[in-house]
Amino acid sequence: METVTRSTPPPVLERSEVFLIGSLRVEGLEASYGGRQILKGITMDIPAGAVTAVIGPSGCGKSTFVRCLNRLHEVVPGARVSGRVLLEGQDIYAPGVDPVVVRRRIGMVFQRPNPFPTMTIYQNVAAGLRVNGWDRRRTAEAVERSLRMAALWDEVKDRLHQPATGLSGGQQQRLCIARALAVEPDVLLMDEPTSALDPVSTLKIEELLIELRQRFTLVVVTHNMQQAARVADRTAFLLDGELVEFGPTAELFTMPRDRRTEDYITGRFG
Amino acid sequence: MEAGDRLRTVRGGVRQTAGGRTAYLGDQFFLWLTRFLALAILALLSLIFYEVIVASKPSLQRFGFGFLTSTEWDPVAERFGALPFIFGTVASSLIALILAVPLSLAVATFLVELAPWWLRGPAGVAVELLAAIPSVVYGLWGIFVLVPFLRSTVEPPLIRSLGFLPLFRGPAIGVGLLAAGVILAIMITPIITAVIREVLLTVPRHQREAMLALGATRWETIRLVVLPYGRAGILGGVILGLGRALGETMAVTMVIGNRPEIALSLFAPAYSMASVIANEFTEATSAIHLSALVEIALILFLVTILINILARLLIWRVSRAVPGAVRE
Amino acid sequence: MNAEARRLRWRRLASALALAGAAASTALALVPLISTVYFVLTRGLPALNLAFLTQLPRPVGETGGGVANAIVGSLVVVGLASLVSVPIGVGAGIYLSEFGRNRLGSLVRFVADVLTGVPSIVVGIFIYITVVLTMKRFSALAGGLALAVIMVPVVTRTTEEMLRLVPVTLREAGLALGAPYWRVVTGIVLRSARGGIITGIMLAIARVAGETAPLLLTSLSNNFWHRGITDQIATLPVIIFSYATTPYEDLNAKAWAASLVLLAMVLTMSLLARLFTGGRRVVWRR
Repeated sequence: METVTRSTPPPVLERSEVFLIGSLRVEGLEASYGGRQILKGITMDIPAGAVTAVIGPSGCGKSTFVRCLNRLHEVVPGARVSGRVLLEGQDIYAPGVDPVVVRRRIGMVFQRPNPFPTMTIYQNVAAGLRVNGWDRRRTAEAVERSLRMAALWDEVKDRLHQPATGLSGGQQQRLCIARALAVEPDVLLMDEPTSALDPVSTLKIEELLIELRQRFTLVVVTHNMQQAARVADRTAFLLDGELVEFGPTAELFTMPRDRRTEDYITGRFG
Repeated sequence: MEAGDRLRTVRGGVRQTAGGRTAYLGDQFFLWLTRFLALAILALLSLIFYEVIVASKPSLQRFGFGFLTSTEWDPVAERFGALPFIFGTVASSLIALILAVPLSLAVATFLVELAPWWLRGPAGVAVELLAAIPSVVYGLWGIFVLVPFLRSTVEPPLIRSLGFLPLFRGPAIGVGLLAAGVILAIMITPIITAVIREVLLTVPRHQREAMLALGATRWETIRLVVLPYGRAGILGGVILGLGRALGETMAVTMVIGNRPEIALSLFAPAYSMASVIANEFTEATSAIHLSALVEIALILFLVTILINILARLLIWRVSRAVPGAVRE
Repeated sequence: MNAEARRLRWRRLASALALAGAAASTALALVPLISTVYFVLTRGLPALNLAFLTQLPRPVGETGGGVANAIVGSLVVVGLASLVSVPIGVGAGIYLSEFGRNRLGSLVRFVADVLTGVPSIVVGIFIYITVVLTMKRFSALAGGLALAVIMVPVVTRTTEEMLRLVPVTLREAGLALGAPYWRVVTGIVLRSARGGIITGIMLAIARVAGETAPLLLTSLSNNFWHRGITDQIATLPVIIFSYATTPYEDLNAKAWAASLVLLAMVLTMSLLARLFTGGRRVVWRR
């Protein structure tokens, strides 16, 4: 575990000793579900303004891992979390921290597109703004801005007030990305965002990720190693709830330090 | 493909083996027997409809549509109009809905979304036991507990403070529309709650999580996502509750006051359709009196059937196809 | 962000208030249950004694006596109802689960659901017209048939739901042994769904045991032991109704005691039914 932290110093921290907006540090994160331990003590720094991919065979805990980063794991009955997750140096699990505030700053996109079926396209994007009391003008601006960011604006600008369920699967997923972006989070977590989509939609979303990384800290869970190689600056390899290796993507794929990483990326298991 | 189809194909291959012939006949008999019993259910509903129509024919012919609008109910003069009973049934059911719907929504939401995990099971069973108490026992409780309570504690302050409204005027006698409405509300709350609970359980977890992940509170998630998602089923539950309230007999008979009058006051005694049947049916001497009572049953039957069809369609829509699900 | 932070305090408060409101509503909804059980116990117990359970009613004015005939009557009527409705309901339920994924199945399913919503007083009138008028007398049989009409759709739908829980693989395993389909269904499928079906039947019985309105029009009442099922018969719910609506305090007290007996029967039955399924949920249909 020490090798991991040593090998990946977030450049900014080292330079200035000041936390960059959206920087995350995970310390000794453990999570269990129904008494079964899923994450067995994970420590890593997630750099701000970059794409971090989390890969690993199914059941390795990568989904649980991102769900711990915005305190969503704990809403499931029987789920437990311990350890620390520091957002800009502040522990989001510290007593007194409201998960609502955490999730307001750390957005999430899910495996399957999950727009709210009773709302229009516009209302979907504005859902997070509505609860925060944004006025009409600011909301309208934010809706357009985030739909543009999600590369969906041109496709839906003429039917903003139609039900979101009329969109295709790929469009729905980009709508969900726009919905998450609208509240202007600092971190965006994505749990296998393309696993339910066709190749064309997948490509669009991958292009989007590369564009978005300038403005957000992105954590992308994927079961697809090519995807990680295409979009991620850094990649973490999880196995059985443990962080096996974490480093620059190119390095991890070309010169893995750990035997298990090598086995996994060469397709020997998983 | 359902189990039966699949298995019939399987069996088709076996049919030729020894004993296959009798097995085939046995299966045919079995299919027809169970189909016959299923058809019996259709026959039953049709037969109820038919018999009730035939028996109300004399009244239908003699009073026509006037039956629905006349307020006269005079067995001696043999003149019958159902309006006071229709009014009593509708008014008491509406009071029940006004009380029971918000309560059921809150209870179901609590049971599915908010209660601590250890409390959900026991609280759910307790609410279901509410539905297990027989109507006549609620009626007894109504006569000796609820009515005195309304008379002494609820109605006087309402009359004092809101008596300028016709709705709250009149003497506090306890029995009447309000008592009937309250007792109906108690009886339909578990029914509506049970449906809403089932509906809320069908709302996918990812819908809640999507809203939570945007930084919404639990209440905002429920109000903006969960309840809207289940709105069709919730409406179905409410309509189902209305159907039960309209047809409920004993508890209402025991507390509504049984006076065929139409008054605007919540505290006035009234009469319901089911109650007049229960009270007068076995004592009715003339054929036309009986027929008039059967016609009231016919109206009740038709209205509750329509309401139940509507409710079931709404509920089935939810349980069968989850609206807005991504097609894969 | 400052405005949002200020708003957040209000949002947290709203969420907490909603939670408290929902919890309070649940407590409020349970008040009638607790109150009813409390009054049935405190007013029923003093009037409850051996004579009450074993003797016939005495004429008004005389103290003592009991409702033994009504207890037996309730058992007889409910027994008759079960005897008629369980075979029909289970059979129709088998049809719906094993052969019913077609239009007829959907229709029967729908009609069964609608039938559960028909007011019981209407069912009472139906049986009055078809049975009481034909036999020219009120009878335990008519009462049983009325309750059976109410039970059939409930038993049908529960049976169907319970049979659907039995995995197809179990049916295939039976067929692989060379058993005909009807043997598989009656021998294997019904057996493994037995617990759930019994639960459904018990819940249906618990529900009709308290039915009053249809019995008023079919089995009426009786101050003596009934003489056969073609005789009119006293039942607990009807006794409770008639005793509750008299001005005599002695009879009012007996109504409470009879309610205690009825409630004990009904609640025991529905709680037992729940234990039977080992916590598995069976939808309470009314």
